[in-house]
This record gives sequence, C-alpha cells and structure tokens, in this order.
Amino acid sequence: MRVSELAAKESPVTSPSDAAPQYVITAENLTKRYGDVTAVDGISFRVPAGEAFGLLGPNGAGKSTTMKMIGGVSQRTSGSLSIMGLDPEQHGPEVRAHLGVVPQQDNLDEELKVRDNLLVYGRYFGLPMSYLKPKADELLEFAQLTDKAKSKVDALSGGMKRRLTIARSLINEPRILLLDEPTTGLDPQARHILWDRLFRLKEQGVTLILTTHYMDEAEQLCDRLIVVDKGKIMAEGSPASLIREYSTREVLELRFGSERNASVGAELEGIGERLETLPDRVLIYAHDGEAALEQVTARGLRPVTSLVRRSSLEDVFLRLTGRSLVD
Amino acid sequence: MIKATQEAGTTAAPALRAHSPEVSAARARRWGAFFYAEQVLRVMKGYGWTIVMYGVGQPVAYLFAMGVGLATLVQTNGADVFGGVSYLTFIAPALLISAAVMTAANEFTFPVMDGFKWRRVYYGPHASPLTPEQIAGGQIIAVTVRFLLQSAIYFAVVALFGASPGEWGWVSILIATLAGLSFGLPLMAYAATIKEDRGQFAMVMRFIVMPLFLFSGTFFPLDTLPLGVRWIGWISPIWHGTELGRVVSYGYEEEPWLTIVHVVFLLVLAAAGWVLSKRQFAKRMAS
Repeated sequence: MRVSELAAKESPVTSPSDAAPQYVITAENLTKRYGDVTAVDGISFRVPAGEAFGLLGPNGAGKSTTMKMIGGVSQRTSGSLSIMGLDPEQHGPEVRAHLGVVPQQDNLDEELKVRDNLLVYGRYFGLPMSYLKPKADELLEFAQLTDKAKSKVDALSGGMKRRLTIARSLINEPRILLLDEPTTGLDPQARHILWDRLFRLKEQGVTLILTTHYMDEAEQLCDRLIVVDKGKIMAEGSPASLIREYSTREVLELRFGSERNASVGAELEGIGERLETLPDRVLIYAHDGEAALEQVTARGLRPVTSLVRRSSLEDVFLRLTGRSLVD
Repeated sequence: MIKATQEAGTTAAPALRAHSPEVSAARARRWGAFFYAEQVLRVMKGYGWTIVMYGVGQPVAYLFAMGVGLATLVQTNGADVFGGVSYLTFIAPALLISAAVMTAANEFTFPVMDGFKWRRVYYGPHASPLTPEQIAGGQIIAVTVRFLLQSAIYFAVVALFGASPGEWGWVSILIATLAGLSFGLPLMAYAATIKEDRGQFAMVMRFIVMPLFLFSGTFFPLDTLPLGVRWIGWISPIWHGTELGRVVSYGYEEEPWLTIVHVVFLLVLAAAGWVLSKRQFAKRMAS
C-alpha cells in the first residue's frame, strides 16, 4: 500500500468513521434545473444508516435526478447535499467509493462475460484480483448466476441482467446502495427474487435508497419513504403511517360501466369517508368496506363488479395528487 | 470432531474484505485512467484476432498490389520522383501511417457513441470513483496500445518486404501512433458531442479520411499535385506523419525545420484533441 493511501485511510477528507454520522445522507433544499424545467424543486430529507428509504412517485417526478445527485454524477443547481459527511461535488470519487449504484437502465458490458463484468467493475475501485476473483464468485452465487459465469451478457434474460447489475454494484462492499427503479420491466417472479435479494442486503445493514413507481415495491422494501410529485415532496413517513394518515383502512372499488361511473357519484354521497371517481371505477374510502358495500346495495345501486381491499400507497398518492402512480 | 475441524478451517481462511472507500478513492484518483484502459483492452481482446489480421493482412495486400504490382509501371516512368528509392520503399511509411489513421477513425467514433448512447457503457464506470476525464483518458490509453501493437506488426511486415532500409525505421511505429492520435483525438471530441447518429461517422470516412488518404503524398509526392489540392496534405496528419516516416525509414532529405513542423503539428493536434475530449466527456456526463 502506498503512503498516500495509508494517509487517506487514516485521515479521510472528513472522518466518517470517528464522527460516525447519524445520517448517511442529508439533503437540504436540493434543487436541479435543466434550463427552464425544474426537475427537483427544493427537497429536503435525511437518511439514517441501515434504513431502506424510498422515493415514490410517477415517471418524471424527479426521482432519478435526485438519485444522480446523490450518486455524485449530476451537479445540483442549489441546496446542499452530504453523503457520509462529504459533498459529492467536491469529493466525487470519495463519495462514489462509498456507494453501490444500480441504474435505471442496465449498462453492463455486453461484450464481456458475466463474471468479467464484475472483475472489471471492481478494478475501478482499485481492488486487487486476489480479492475480486473469490468475491465475484460469491456475488454470482448471491445473484443466482453461478452457472452463467462464463456466458455473454447478451444471453441473459432481463431479470438476470438486473441481478447481475446488482451483483456488480456490491463488488466494493458498499454500505449504501442506490437503486433506481430496480424492478421496472421485470415479470412478477423475477421481481420477487430481486426483492428477496434486496431484503437480505437490508438484513446485513446496508442502507438502501430506492426509487420506484410501484406501490407494492415501496410497501415491501421501504422502512420510510417520501412521496414525490413534480419535483416536490408531497408526504413523508413509513408506508403504514402514510396509509393511516392519508387514507382509510379499506377501499371499496365499484365499476358501473364507463358510461355511468361519473354520474353515479351523487347517488353514493355519504357512504364512507371519501369518494374518488376515476374513469374506469369509483373508489369509496371507508373503515369497513363490506359495510359500505351493503349501504350501496341498500340504495338500490347495482355495480357490475365490486371489490373490497386494504388501502395502499396508490391511494395515498391519489389523495395527495389526484392522479394515479402508473399512467 | 469433524465439525470442529471444519470450523477451525473456516476461521483460518482470511475473511474476504474490500479495502476502505478512502483507499478506493485514493487509488482511483491516481490510477483511474489505467483502470478504465484495462476494461477497454479486455473488450478489444474479444476482437484481438481482427486487430492482428488487420495489422498483417492489410500491409501484405497493399504492399503486393502497390509496391510490387503498380511499382513496375511507376518505376519505368520515372524513378527520380521518389528520391532514388524503390516505389515500395516510398509508399511503405505512408501505408503504415494511413493504417493507424484509419484505425483511429474507427476506434474514436463508434465506441464513443456506444459509450454515451447505444449501450451506455461509460455510465457504469461513471458511477464508480472514476471521473469522466479518466474514462476518456482510459479509452485513449487503450487505443494507443492498439496503435502501437498494430503498427509494430505492420512495420514487421514492411521490414520483411525489405521496404525499410534505414536503421531508424522502427521509429515509424511511434510516428504512426502519434499520427493516429493527432487525427483521432479531435475526432473523439467531436464524437462525444453527437447525440443522434445521422451517419456522421460514415461522412467522416468518406469526406475526410478518404481525401486525406489520397492527397497526403501517399502514392506520389505532394509537390507533384497542383497547389489547389496541395493544402489538403498540409493540414493532414497523414502527410505530416508520412513525411516523418520517410525520414526515419530511408533517410528522406527534407529541410530540418520542416521535420520540426511535422512533429509539432502532430503533437499540437493530439494535445488539443485530448483536452477537448476530456472537457466534452466531463460536460456530457455531468448533465
């Protein structure tokens, strides 16, 4: 090891080890503008070590832009940002050395074999081959790709590529993992395998920062999340507390046919706590969905279909913005 | 008992630990460009055979066709024009330099587009401690290695043909590499600005590389051309490289100041391209 590296080890730019920052990420009034477009509009949040923190919002909400600023690859327009006590704009390489990053679009090296993708990536961190070779095998095992080690990346399915990208992001044993839309475009089975892997990382104490526009993903993985729309934070809290605060326990979904959904609203007045009319269905927010349904039928209304379900983050988002998460 | 031994075995094995992020960052700051060059070279190894065949096949074909076939016709019509050397000796340095420039036209265009747009391979290392400048630098280092390798093979073939009589002929390997960079690096800076592929690279090949190849004193001395097209040679890295190559390979006599001009021209173009490429990489990746 070189003297400069020893020095770097002993006295990092700031000293995250002995200061032991309570929060691994702190953002204050973080803003990013592209010309006239404000992608991120003064958002503030803090993430303690070991938390699974989510940014939930529709496409174009500013989630990915926020992730790029945290990842130290995009410069903010204003506000302050600190990762492990370091400003990513001044200490880009140091900040990025702490992180594992899973981008929205896979950018694996398709011309290299699966295992070589991990080795090459590890070299960017200056990691020696004596560490990388066994580590690559360990990560392939973790990503359930051991038998694909010598395949070309081209030959992998979408889910496998995603898992390889996650394995790649772990090569430097990061304590913070950034995941931008980790399961978009995957089939349900592939998503569940991925969630399971992420859950294990969480159990190991890795801080997860993830963006998603899937409410089930946010509910499954996040301890706490911010709901983002048009670059602003609409609400913040755990999935359960957000549902409690912004929705009722249950939701009654009624379909009267696309012609009648809009007009039937007046006749449903007074049932449940709140009514939401969507083009394809009517939602009645109530503590007891079955009881609400009885009231509907008692009024002589005959919906084509009816469904009682638990409230979800989708309902929270609808309440906060008047729009659905997935367009 | 067996269990105990196994446990002892596991504890004896050193735990697999990555060095600290601070060490990663310090190493990346120092060696980052080489780390990325390693990646590009690994990818190149995938088509290594093509590189070798290009290095061997092209000179063999050209030297036979031009140096042996065409030469019989050319030399009977006036050998004096070529400074008293055989036509084969005259064109060999030009072919070596041109091959490097043509390789540059490939290596600094499509892979750059691939990095930013098609498969976005630059964005993987961009999320690591490497900086955009180092990614550009790594690509340049790797292609430089390819230039050296390819030119060395090319030169070996030329030497086997007996077309490099002087003892300093091997220096043309370095000259070809420099010429490749002086043409390729400004092109790389341009390639890094392209957001949509509308056939720009094919245009570069057709309207820049080909004219430079034909009018750079490659097959006949530049001063046999009318002044109206001679300027193409003056601004051409192929001409400057070729003239230098002729000086080292058969002691072609030119004014010493002109030799200096060739070297300075190639160095300045390469340096400017290097700076612009790094700047463009940083600009494009920071947005």
